[in-house]
Order: sequence, then C-alpha cells, then structure tokens
Amino acid sequence: MSFDAEKVRRDFPILHQEVHGRPLVYLDSAATSQKPQAVLDAVSRYYERDNANVHRAVYELAARATRDYENARATVASHLRATDPREIVFVRGATEAINLVAQAWGRSNVGEGDEILVTGMEHHSNIVPWQILCEEKGATLRVAPLDDAGDVILEEYEKLLSPRTRLVALVHVSNALGTVNPVEEMGALARDRGIPVLVDGAQALPHMEVDVQNLGVDFYAFSGHKAFAPMGIGALWARSEHLEAMPPWQGGGEMIASVSFEKSTWNDIPWKFEAGTPNVGGAVGLAAALEYLERVGLDAVAAWESELLAYGTEVLGEVPGLEMVGRARRKAGVLSFVLDFAHPHDVGTILDREGIAVRTGHHCAQPVMERYGVPATVRASLALYNSREDLDELARGLAVVREMFG
Amino acid sequence: MSDLRELYQSVILDHNRNPRNAARPDETNREAHGDNPLCGDKLDVYCVVRDGVVCEVGFEGAGCAISQASASLMTEAVKGLSTGEVQKIFDAFHEMATARVGEPADTATLGKLAVFEGVREYPMRVKCATLAWHTLRSALGSGEAVSTE
Repeated sequence: MSFDAEKVRRDFPILHQEVHGRPLVYLDSAATSQKPQAVLDAVSRYYERDNANVHRAVYELAARATRDYENARATVASHLRATDPREIVFVRGATEAINLVAQAWGRSNVGEGDEILVTGMEHHSNIVPWQILCEEKGATLRVAPLDDAGDVILEEYEKLLSPRTRLVALVHVSNALGTVNPVEEMGALARDRGIPVLVDGAQALPHMEVDVQNLGVDFYAFSGHKAFAPMGIGALWARSEHLEAMPPWQGGGEMIASVSFEKSTWNDIPWKFEAGTPNVGGAVGLAAALEYLERVGLDAVAAWESELLAYGTEVLGEVPGLEMVGRARRKAGVLSFVLDFAHPHDVGTILDREGIAVRTGHHCAQPVMERYGVPATVRASLALYNSREDLDELARGLAVVREMFG
Repeated sequence: MSDLRELYQSVILDHNRNPRNAARPDETNREAHGDNPLCGDKLDVYCVVRDGVVCEVGFEGAGCAISQASASLMTEAVKGLSTGEVQKIFDAFHEMATARVGEPADTATLGKLAVFEGVREYPMRVKCATLAWHTLRSALGSGEAVSTE
C-alpha cells in the first residue's frame, strides 16, 4: 500500500500552526500523539448526538451510547486480533492497565519469595506497580540487563527465568531507546516454563501491527493517547481465562451482578473490571483512531516510519558531538541522544524557540538513564505524520544550539 | 535567536562553561542536596558558616546551563554575607524569577544576578534558576533535601 505523507499530515489540524513565529515541528509523539480530524469528529459527534450513561437506562440515547461503547470494544479487539471482545477491559491508559494486573492478578498469584521479571528498559509504569506488589507480598523484582546498544541480553534474561518467576512484564517498544523487543521469542521462553507474560504496548500500537495471538502473551496494555486517540482511555487485553479467575480490583457500579449489604456478586468479564461510569467518549475516539490507522495501513505506516528513522539516524549522525543513546537491532519511532556541548534541557529550550517540540529529560525511565550514564537525553520521537523535512529542521535547530553553546 | 540571548546571556554561558566554586570546600558545616526531578538536575551546596556569616560556599552538581550558572553566580554573590543578607537576596531572586514580564528586577539587591531576569519568560526553566537558591536556603536552615517538584 502506498503512503501519502502529505495527505496524512493534512489529517492532523494541530500540525498546521506556528510556534514562536516558526512552523511547528512536532517530534514528541512518544509522549503523546496528535489527533486526526476523524478522531476529533467522532468524539464531538458522540457528545453532540449520542451521549448518555451506558448499560443502565432504556431510552434511545442510552441504547446508542451503550452500542457505541461496546462497538468500540469490538474494534479494539479486532485491531489486536483478540478472539473475543470480552477480553478487552477499558482503562485510563497503559499505567492503569498494568496496575489492574498487578493488583487483581498479582495479589492472588504472587507470594512470598516469588519473583517478577522485568527488563532494564521499562518505563516507570511497568516498574512501580510491581514494586508495590513485591513489597506487599515479600516478593522480589528481577531485572534483565541491557547491552550497550539497548537490547535485552537474551541469555541473561533466560537465566533469570526461575522456578520462582511468577510473571514476566516487559515493554514492547522502549519509550526512551526505541528498542523493539523480540516479544514473541522472550514470551515463548517464559511460556515454555509456564510463566505468564504481560506486555506494555504503549509505544508499539502507533507504529506497528500488534497481534496478541502471534505474540503469544497473556496481557497486553496500551494507552489510546499515544495512538492518536484522546487522553484518558486505553485498554488491557487479557486472555479470558485470566480475567475469569481474577477478582475485581475496584468496586462500584457496573462491575456488580447484585449488591446487598450482606454480599455482592460480580458482573461478567470484562465489566467486572470497569467500576463506575466509563469514558465512553474516549472509547469512541479510540475506536476512530484505530480505524484511522487501519485505513492508512499499518504496513505502510511501519515502512514510512522505518524510512524516517533511518533518515533521522543519518542526519543526526552528521551532527558533531552528538551521541545516540539506543542503537538497538530493531527500533521504532525514537531518536534519543546527547550532545557534548549542551545539556538536553538547554537544547529543548532552544529548539522550542525554533518551533521544534522534543522531549528532554529522563522520559520516566530513570533506570535507563542510569544504565547509559546520562542524567537526561534529548528525544525526538516520530509518528506517521512526520516528514524528512521535520528531521532536517531538527538538524538545523541543533546547529543553532551549537552556535550558542559550541 | 535574539530573544534566546536574553535568556542565555554571555555571563550565564561563561559561568556554565567555567563554573566558580564548583567543589566541596575542605571543611564544611552546612550542606544540602537539591533535585529538579523534571529534568534530572542535581546539586549539592556546601557552606562554612561562622558567627552567622557564610565564610565559604561551594557546589557540586550536574545540570543545564541555567542551573549550573545560577549555582556558580550564587556562590560568588553570597560569600562573606550574613545569613540574613543571603535571605534578602534569595527573596529578591525568587521575586525576579517569578515576576510578571516587564516588572523591573531589584538590581540594587541582585547586582550581577539580574542576568537571570530572562528566565521569567520561560516558565519551564524558572526552577532551573532557583534550584541552587532553594538548596542553599535549606543548607543554611533545616538541611533537608530540596525538590523543586
């Protein structure tokens, strides 16, 4: 499928503006993506025509809102190649999805002396929920180390899979390094030993096809806002046998079958995990975003971004004093680097004045910064709407930094 | 570029490149640690205080140009002052960094430190300039670690 970069760019209204008198160059999609008109329209159409609470009342609007919400679930399921929409739990984002598993699954499956295995490139959201669980249960968090390029050292990872390992929790695509982990291979090594696998897919969904059947994992968490949907909506996919066995994690309306002061019983999956009024508008926006991605074509998106990443690596490679942090075998969407003549934070301010938005800092991955001996990096991250010109602008902005600091 | 020169004045670039008093004095009796979690700036401020006077002051740390230059210029500004005088400069500095654009800085109190007037136009950078001062104030007071978050 051919990719019309110009056309895709036109689909995102926010990109067509000036910042500090310069055309906006948005290179921070790993923090949050911009939204196409199709998503903005779907959300406003929902609030203009269909808004009501779901699964409750008998009137027309309530029926439409319920239908929209459950259709969105089916869209997410089909996008992830899940076999059953009941395996999709709507949450606020990847962070909440991981916390849900840590609490609902972890509390009943992890005990004293057990181990949870993560990798050295996890976002704080796939570290801290496990630390809280380990603390509570007397379990230990183990960390598979990274090599200098930014890949997990697979032999070390395999050695760390022990009879005490209860879960492997790993990131699909690293937000700080761009590394695409070999999830199928790592997942298979765990599952061969009967260890379930959770994948933090927040950075994968906007860049590539995600097929949970092929990945062969147990839990897949993601945030809508990184994948062109509004903030405040995301999903957890989990195999239905896990969801059936897991106790609820938050109590309230919607998640119950019946309530009395003596005892309450739980609703079926996935609603058992969706206490309270859900973010229906967000779910509608998420479905519209995934449909948009599918219309553009996931293979075309992946091919375009891989071209951009190669071009960006080449352009940045010519900047004197620049060192890339993260040179993994397979990468997606992220160019993370340091300059020997300026601190990332100063780089960020100067680029901003040139209209270029990049992230500077530790990217909520402090252990990654520590591993590579840098306090912070400059991160330019890509999405389908970026162009070669954006990367040329970045290089030009870095020349301005050099002029000031070099 | 020209408005960036308001932020990155040559004095700031110079102090970033060659920070003054960027070491731990041999003997210290006051110190504190400061963090700017947003950007990973870290700073330790050390002082020797005798009879209410800051006799020696030094810092160690890593961070952006604004944070390093601010720490360097601060050490030059406060050496030999009483802790009461340091507090006055702290107040004036803080006011300058957070005042509305266009309000004149108290240059009489701040002297050379007025080069940081430009940071108020960069709300995300104010904490970089004030980290050293918060850390110094803690060193002179409670000694508790400071976080700008």
